[in-house]
Amino acid sequence: MSPVQTMPPRSYHIGKDDLGADILEVAMGPHHPSTHGVFRMDLKLDGETVVDLKPVFGYLHRNHEKIAEDITYPMSMPFTDRLDYLCGMTNNWAYALSAEKLIEIKVPERAEYIRVIVAELTRLVNHCLLIGFFVNDLGALGTPLLYALREREKILDLFEVLSGARMMVNYIRFGGVRCDPPDGWLKECQRIVDAFPAFLDEYETLLTENEIIIARAQNVGVVTREEAINFSLTGPMLRASGVNYDIRKVDRYGIYDRFDFKVPIGGHGDCYDRFMVRMLEMRQSVKILKQAIRDLPEGEIMGKAPKIFRPAPGEAYGRIEAPKGELGFYLISDGTPIPYRFKVRPPSFVNLTALRHMCLGHKVADAVIILGSIDIVLGEVDR
Amino acid sequence: MNSPDLSDQKAVDLSPEGTAKAGVILSSLVWIYNWSRSNSVWPLLFGWACCAIEMIGTAGSRHDIARFGAEVFRPSPRQSDLMIVSGTVTKKMAPQVVRIYNQMPEPKYVIAMGACAISGGPFKQGYNVLKGIDRYIPVDVYLPGCPPRPEALLHSLMTLQKQIKRQKSLGRTITNPAYGEGRRIYPVPELRGDDLFPPFNPEVWTPPAKNPNVEDGCPAGRKSV
Repeated sequence: MSPVQTMPPRSYHIGKDDLGADILEVAMGPHHPSTHGVFRMDLKLDGETVVDLKPVFGYLHRNHEKIAEDITYPMSMPFTDRLDYLCGMTNNWAYALSAEKLIEIKVPERAEYIRVIVAELTRLVNHCLLIGFFVNDLGALGTPLLYALREREKILDLFEVLSGARMMVNYIRFGGVRCDPPDGWLKECQRIVDAFPAFLDEYETLLTENEIIIARAQNVGVVTREEAINFSLTGPMLRASGVNYDIRKVDRYGIYDRFDFKVPIGGHGDCYDRFMVRMLEMRQSVKILKQAIRDLPEGEIMGKAPKIFRPAPGEAYGRIEAPKGELGFYLISDGTPIPYRFKVRPPSFVNLTALRHMCLGHKVADAVIILGSIDIVLGEVDR
Repeated sequence: MNSPDLSDQKAVDLSPEGTAKAGVILSSLVWIYNWSRSNSVWPLLFGWACCAIEMIGTAGSRHDIARFGAEVFRPSPRQSDLMIVSGTVTKKMAPQVVRIYNQMPEPKYVIAMGACAISGGPFKQGYNVLKGIDRYIPVDVYLPGCPPRPEALLHSLMTLQKQIKRQKSLGRTITNPAYGEGRRIYPVPELRGDDLFPPFNPEVWTPPAKNPNVEDGCPAGRKSV
């Protein structure tokens, strides 16, 4: 495979441009409304054009990995909620999956179905909120985000009934889930899932063929298929560049082989494709949810997990298709109840590496929406 | 006419005789001034971490912070009255936070939202996490939770509004936060090596006094490890 293609050499040289005007250096962030948290872009600008970009992060480095190496395995579960704080359920699942690989626990079927249901609900929350933020970055301040927040609240109500918390759910356990859904939960879930396509139709009517979105997002921040693979992009960003790679299909972890769903693929790899791929993924998530709610069996929700989690020396890597991409947990056990090494493979951090490549040659305002289309969460980037 | 809420001020008789004695013009103006100030608090649009998502949720249609007049989130500190520290403040971020606070005009208020902003929260043992933003800037309302629910944020805003209404903030008096103390500007800490210098600002925070029953951070009779 060829090395990463960079932009063709330009006539700019830092300091002066052809007209003798200075190159302007701008530190965008950490306090900037468009940087989705405490992230800084050090931009070098020729007029409005981005000549160079350096991402600076670490403003939210909360020592998740180091803290996890001081505490027992189950104690790390609440910390994983705070990695990507929009998608607590999928973070829980990724961690539980790698721990289950370490100690070989069989997960009961009902728990697997509940996991799929909550994970796909999380995907809905993440994607609709992301599109709200993305359109917000485009300049439609407020209104589309309010539509997204309205839907998010409905799903968060489900999580609250299920786990007691809106965001920091701490719901999935090694070998199953913490508690059974209470009476009426499934009915309510079914109602919300059935009503969700109507929201998507409303959202698409407003946004998909919106002239401003098409003008601003198409052909902006293009990543070709080869570049996307070379940058190790995962998730909707990779699929928007035309690579058919979804870990739900590749690994078929959990029970994803039982569901009938398609993987949306983009054709151009620009911001508009990344927006559309997420829009279409939400429709597929609704499809999975309907099947999972229909087929949910009765039975146990916890497998036979040992009371004290003390794996034999060894290592395990568990990964899932989180809403942002491949989320993996790499654990090394030395035979004690405390992990020897705890490593997170965060999707948004790896996806962020393509930022400079995508922004070069575009305007500052485009850099903002390119960052928005990557879908970063700083809790996960800095950990 | 409904009498204004003056419960925490000296009781004022609103009859003509009583108002003449109490100086009705001044106290009414203070009340109107504080009422309008407390109902148009402009928060700073800045999210630190997880709590910021709940802060955005509070601005959403279900919880609707606009009912309390605080929906105008300003991205610039120079236009905002209220800083909601919504998340973990790390040692790399703390100088920025103090700098932004210094740029805000008086009168300015701070809500420490969530366990992380109050004390470091679940990440307190981390080497890079500041153990509470009140070490560097004065905090008006502490809002516990991880993250606090949007209702809790609304409650903290109402608590702040009560505090604002209690202030005597008209004219160049010593009790007026805009004039009395001048514009509060605190020294920006500096990240040296692996710690912040100075470790706290003695103007706003001092370490708690030593408890005689506790030795070395542990109850008496127990050795610290």
